[in-house]
Amino acid sequence: MINQHFHKSNLSFKDKIFALDFLLIFLILLLGIISIFAMYSTEQGKLGYYTLSHFYRFSVFFIVFLAFSFFKIRFWYKSAYLFYVLILILLIFVNFYGITASGSKRWISLFFINLQPSELMKIALIIFLTRYYYKIPSEQVANLKYILAPVFALFIPVMLVAVQPDLGTAVLILIGGLAVIWLTGFRIKFFLYSFFVLICLIPVGISFLKPYQKSRILTFFDPERDPLGAGYQIIQSKIAVGSGGIFGKGYLQGSQSYLDYLPEKQTDFIFTLFSEEFGFIGSVLLLLIYVAIIYRIIQIGNQSRNNFARLYCFSFATAFFTYVVVNMSMVLGLLPIVGAPLPIMSYGGSSMLSIMIGLSIVMSCKIHRQDEGV
Amino acid sequence: MVTFPETFQSKSRLISRRMFILSTLKVAVFVSIICRLFYLQISENIKYRSLSDKNRLREWRIAPQRGIIEDYFGKKIAENTQVYQLHMIPEDVVNLEELFFKLSKIIDFDKPKRINLIKKLKKRKPWETIIISDNLSWSEFSRLNLFLHEIQGIKPVIAEARKYSEDGSSSHVIGYVSDTSVKDLENSELLREINVPGLKTGKNGLEKSLNAEMIGTPGLQRFEVNAYGKRIKELKFVEGTAGKNFRTTLDQEVQEFTTKIIKDKSGSVCVMDIYTGDIVAMVSSPTFNPNKFVHGISSKDWQELIKNKKKPLINKPVAGLYPPGSTIKPIVALSALEHDVISPKLVVECRGSIELYGQKYHCWKEKGHGFMSLRSAIKQSCDIYFYEVARRLGVDRLSVTSKKFGLGDKILNSFIEEKSGLVPNTKWKLKNIGKGWVLGETLITGIGQGYFLSTPIQLCLMMAQLANGGYKIKPRIIDDKDALQSTINAWRNEFTSKNDSFSFLNSGLEKLYRNQENIKLVLDALYGATNEPMGTSYRSRFTKPEYIYAGKTGTSQIRTITEEERKLKLKNKDLPYEKRDHALFIAFAPYKNPRYAISVVIEHGGTGSSTAAPIARKVIKKVLDRHKLRKKYQLDLFKEV
Repeated sequence: MINQHFHKSNLSFKDKIFALDFLLIFLILLLGIISIFAMYSTEQGKLGYYTLSHFYRFSVFFIVFLAFSFFKIRFWYKSAYLFYVLILILLIFVNFYGITASGSKRWISLFFINLQPSELMKIALIIFLTRYYYKIPSEQVANLKYILAPVFALFIPVMLVAVQPDLGTAVLILIGGLAVIWLTGFRIKFFLYSFFVLICLIPVGISFLKPYQKSRILTFFDPERDPLGAGYQIIQSKIAVGSGGIFGKGYLQGSQSYLDYLPEKQTDFIFTLFSEEFGFIGSVLLLLIYVAIIYRIIQIGNQSRNNFARLYCFSFATAFFTYVVVNMSMVLGLLPIVGAPLPIMSYGGSSMLSIMIGLSIVMSCKIHRQDEGV
Repeated sequence: MVTFPETFQSKSRLISRRMFILSTLKVAVFVSIICRLFYLQISENIKYRSLSDKNRLREWRIAPQRGIIEDYFGKKIAENTQVYQLHMIPEDVVNLEELFFKLSKIIDFDKPKRINLIKKLKKRKPWETIIISDNLSWSEFSRLNLFLHEIQGIKPVIAEARKYSEDGSSSHVIGYVSDTSVKDLENSELLREINVPGLKTGKNGLEKSLNAEMIGTPGLQRFEVNAYGKRIKELKFVEGTAGKNFRTTLDQEVQEFTTKIIKDKSGSVCVMDIYTGDIVAMVSSPTFNPNKFVHGISSKDWQELIKNKKKPLINKPVAGLYPPGSTIKPIVALSALEHDVISPKLVVECRGSIELYGQKYHCWKEKGHGFMSLRSAIKQSCDIYFYEVARRLGVDRLSVTSKKFGLGDKILNSFIEEKSGLVPNTKWKLKNIGKGWVLGETLITGIGQGYFLSTPIQLCLMMAQLANGGYKIKPRIIDDKDALQSTINAWRNEFTSKNDSFSFLNSGLEKLYRNQENIKLVLDALYGATNEPMGTSYRSRFTKPEYIYAGKTGTSQIRTITEEERKLKLKNKDLPYEKRDHALFIAFAPYKNPRYAISVVIEHGGTGSSTAAPIARKVIKKVLDRHKLRKKYQLDLFKEV
């Protein structure tokens, strides 16, 4: 009965192609190209492993993104729980059989690719919560019986990731989930209370942190306390960014990265390299590309006529924003170094796959924006 | 049923409202990131750019080659020679303890050296070279090369180091170089600028006074290095320039000869060209081997040097202070003649002693000289005669003449240790001692005792300025051809104007006399002192005409002789070393057409005639023999003299 009220379009393939959001595609392609050039620079202008690997991944995942865009929203809606449970199983699996690298268990080996389920969980959790709240009227959101499921769905993966340990990803998953809850209209005072409780719990939390995590946080407040150890990354990152100046040192001229002073330049610190070589102007332009992507996602959400799509787009935009902001703040010394990649720019397959799937759902929302229900 | 779309609407509105709040937050966060970028990249750009350069650029300085010092004939007195060194690059060393252990088996590397090195390590940057040993023997060096592949972080290097003549004949004049100390760095901006590991700096003598010119400018290599300290590419290479070479006026052969003859004695010999002021020889004895200082003197050697009673480290020609004794008599006589206080015909009877102002004053000759004229008084060095002359002259007029002839003031500016000596007068005493001048002091000042103090080089200059006819000369030790040319021109003008009485050419030479006849008179008396029987240095005369010279002996007391001692007739031999008299002798040679002045001072050596004059005789012969060769190196001046 209810379904009859919904307008449902049956678009042909041709219609769907025309309905694609070409601006978003252009922006992602632009970012992808920039990221390949940046990767080329991290290898001192040689066509090496990272550049090629990043190029292949981007090409494959870009096609995946386009292909998945044609799925109906209904497909995403239906498979949301399954998707979440699958990733959750993988996460649990990681904790037992994961590959340990630099002191933390994050990856599982899938013959041809090492997968990082925590990255995929970022998107899985958003879809899961979006679907869960889709059916719940906003007045009922704060009802206890509707609170338990999201809380468990949120904290189980967060805890699993935190014990890997991978604090950065855990925080990003958490923020993504909270964004959905916030958008559904959960009372503001609950957020304020929990924020207050969180502040109070910080001392307790610190006692659970691994020594290296503690030193990272202490280093954040005073990088000079161990300039060659824990503070090295942030000091060198700030030097790289700061020495870039207005116009930067020029492409392939970033001495900090070229001479290996900059650590993790392919992954977390790719923005530092970009900023060193292209300066303030380049950095702001890159930031504007991200702003444009986020803005475009929000616009798509606004155009959408069904709440699942709206909620998803807004939540994803917020999560995407968080990834960008946390990474940039981190490398600019505004946040402790926690290990958060910059979407699309950073080297890393799982992260890119996760973002691309997220974006393809956005694109799907765009194509099917006239659908009023799922 | 109709409510649902409303719910849908309201829910949609709620989401949009929430999204709006979030978007505002997002804008704020983005703006703050842009602000942060602005702060880092624009406001703090200079700071971070310099930090980035500090990261990527490293400079290595290359020690410059030090200028060399030659004698008048181009013989090298201080030169550079190849040495084998061992350098260490701290950041390449894997295990310091292990390295030290291995090294101690290969080269001489004892505990004090290790401790010293660790101290140095703490102050240096890890990529800066540290010199472990700067003078390895060939066998150590070759053994080291053999084991090199087993040890990381060290580098055998062939470098240049200072080398001096082993006999130490010019050690005091030349001085020596040694490691740059913290104090040296504090005092010299130049040294701070050069800042090369292992840089040696002049510590005294000419090495110190000419340090800035001789040190040269260091080379520079600037590399871009990566985070692991590996050199990626050379950005800049500046070749250093070698320091300036210097030629001195010294004759190294005379230096060596003289050093040998006074080896066991404590004293000095100075020889000066009376026209050009060139210092031909300036020897201090006993001497030391300056090479020991270059690579750090051992504490045993150092103790030996500072405990030696004869004070080998003191540069006696310029830093030794002695009462001039009887060598002042020519000046006293000249001063009296110039001030018309006495006539050359003045006769005084010497009875061995005289009572004046209630005090007894003695002549060195107990029996007395009998009736003395000025000439015989100088010749026989009669004290009684000079008491009388001094009494008539007064100390103030004497001090004027003494100062004019070079006493009481520093005369070279190459030595920081140079002393100015002391020419007393009434004003000086009142100012420095606070008491009025006592007339008795005038008498003993007249025989070069009392407050009078002079350095051997001053006595030499005094002799030179008398011997050249009473003209002021500027002593010099660094040979400068231009300065020499102008000096020679001045002398040439002086001689031509003298022969031609109509010429009023101003030669530019400063005359120290009023009447040159007075000087001639004094010089003639000195001829008598050396070449006539009864003369004080008669035993040290030459009979060959070309060597004949004239000089004045001096024996300066360093204590007051009491009446009891006088009765005991103590000889110098019987006294302890420290109480013996200084033996002095000044002379010029040859007597006809004089060219060189000499001063010999032997500390606690006994009498001038028995100790100093025979030494002077030998040196004079050597210098005159070398004159022909020296002449070849000079512009032709001698002909006209």
